[in-house]
Amino acid sequence: MLKLDGISKVYSIGAFGGKQLRAVNDVSFDIGDREIVSLIGESGSGKSTIGKMILRLISISSGSIFFDGVDISNYKGAALKEYYRNVQGVFQDPFSSYNPIFKADRIFTFIKEEFFPQVSPLEWNKKLNNSLEVVGLNPEHVLNKYPHQLSGGQLQRFLIARALLLDIKFLVADEIISMLDASTRIDVLNLLADLRKRGLSVLFITHDLSLAHYISDRAVILYRGSVVERGSAEKIFNNPQHPYTQMLISAVPRLDRKWDKVEVDLNEKKLPELVTGCPYYARCPFAQKICMTKPVLIETESDHFVACTRYNKLSG
Amino acid sequence: MTLQVENLTIYYRTLRGDVHALESTSFCMRDREIMGLAGESGCGKTTLGTSLVLLKPPMKLMGGRVILCDEELPIDDMEKMNPFRFKKISIIPQYAMNAMNPTRKIGKMTAELLRSRGVDYKATLPVLKERLELVKLPEKVLDMYPMEMSGGMKQRMVMVISTLLNPLLLIADEITSALDVASQKAVAEMLVEFRDRNLCNSAIVITHDISILYEISDSIMIMYAGQLAEKAATDDIIHAARHPYTKLLLATLPEVGVKYTEKQLTGIPGNPPLLLNPPVGCRFRERCPLAFEKCLDVPPFIEIEKNHYVACWKECGTNA
Repeated sequence: MLKLDGISKVYSIGAFGGKQLRAVNDVSFDIGDREIVSLIGESGSGKSTIGKMILRLISISSGSIFFDGVDISNYKGAALKEYYRNVQGVFQDPFSSYNPIFKADRIFTFIKEEFFPQVSPLEWNKKLNNSLEVVGLNPEHVLNKYPHQLSGGQLQRFLIARALLLDIKFLVADEIISMLDASTRIDVLNLLADLRKRGLSVLFITHDLSLAHYISDRAVILYRGSVVERGSAEKIFNNPQHPYTQMLISAVPRLDRKWDKVEVDLNEKKLPELVTGCPYYARCPFAQKICMTKPVLIETESDHFVACTRYNKLSG
Repeated sequence: MTLQVENLTIYYRTLRGDVHALESTSFCMRDREIMGLAGESGCGKTTLGTSLVLLKPPMKLMGGRVILCDEELPIDDMEKMNPFRFKKISIIPQYAMNAMNPTRKIGKMTAELLRSRGVDYKATLPVLKERLELVKLPEKVLDMYPMEMSGGMKQRMVMVISTLLNPLLLIADEITSALDVASQKAVAEMLVEFRDRNLCNSAIVITHDISILYEISDSIMIMYAGQLAEKAATDDIIHAARHPYTKLLLATLPEVGVKYTEKQLTGIPGNPPLLLNPPVGCRFRERCPLAFEKCLDVPPFIEIEKNHYVACWKECGTNA
């Protein structure tokens, strides 16, 4: 359904824009129909940047994004609006997604004015109520209220309902549950999984591995803007192969076992030539000379790709 | 016994009336105990933590007392609390890592803080350097501005500053929440190490993430809507919870290895009650699957097994 082909995002930094920062570096993966793909990485790894590029909120420096086989990376005007009928995003902080001085359901009015001006109010109300019921809200309880009168979970579900009004095919869910309480986050997560039955594909951006494993079919692990491991969620979690993924999974707090006594190395060895080599070189316990050349993604088992020179050697 | 809290009741004064944020809370902590404090947002965890250090309007003490190592804390008196703060009892407030003065270098800021407590910076410097080494921060951070440090580094720096004067009790409010898993683990383990090295005698760790508590704390206390629900040793809470709220809360946690398609987790239906006019009796009553007539009275927080306290009528019944 959605295919990212070698996309990069380069920012110019410094007073005169002399330096370049590669926030996303040559990332390719695809998301199939009715598939939930998790994009996992620590803060600053570029996961939200990818989400925003898919939503065309920021420009793409190089590479292309294909939606149903059509390149959307240069869409403008009417074509872009048509694209938004199919692709929508929901973001981390539900409280700041609303204007506090207007009623929360104003977000639905916008959708009607922009995309469905010809639909009669009666029909629209039916559609709206239906959409709210799908996300598990009782329209009578939540409509006509101000944002502060609704809970975080309700507001977040409002935003999902808004996306559903457009009969979208693809949803970018950027950390949508990290601000929610444990008791409500599972409901929102289950809702996301149920939406798959309506033919929706989801890019689930998160830093929480246990939630990613719970919900996703496939996963992409990102480190400093580069994909270090991707493939079936099952395989990545049960058999992590990249040292970074292994470290992440061992650091997840779990109820069934205590942490291993492995030290998390937080101090990075600063190296001048990071751009050319493996992005994880500075923190990797297995780093060797060969890692100064950038490793490519190698398929170590079916639907499981790893970018690590240790596997380059094994395969060739 | 390090900390003893008796019938502590804190209300927030608002124009629309009193918010009953903390209702006759009594508990105690052993020497060298790391106690986790968990619950949903708005259940009073932060109110409890903050009231022990900085009780200021609109917070109002309605009753109860706090005893720290045989000494009663004058928590109601801003001035009289000053000798205790930082030295006997210290807090890492929520979002503290973002509250560092952006215009001061870390070293200078620390010096100013120490001076305000009447402690000489130069004399403390060797201790400070030792502590920095302990949390694996280079000495040069003292010459850095907060914006030059990452979230994990700032959080570790805040921990060093808060424990510099070896407080008896450290209150850590959501110190791991904004960090990614790797830094989260490092910060949490450092907290345990601080206790092991006796830099603080005991600690209260406030968080909404019970799985973190399972890794580091000795005991866990669960709160709901301003009331205590359950307190027990960590393993007892995780594996043998008695209060229905604790059980439901644990059921919402995804474990690594559980998939949506295999086992669907459930949330807790309903919302916590508003504390402006809290419901009578057990405040969990409306969402509780086991609620019965007796729940219209407030259940007592009693010890049903050794060191296992529960506030639920169902549990009292089985014991009596």
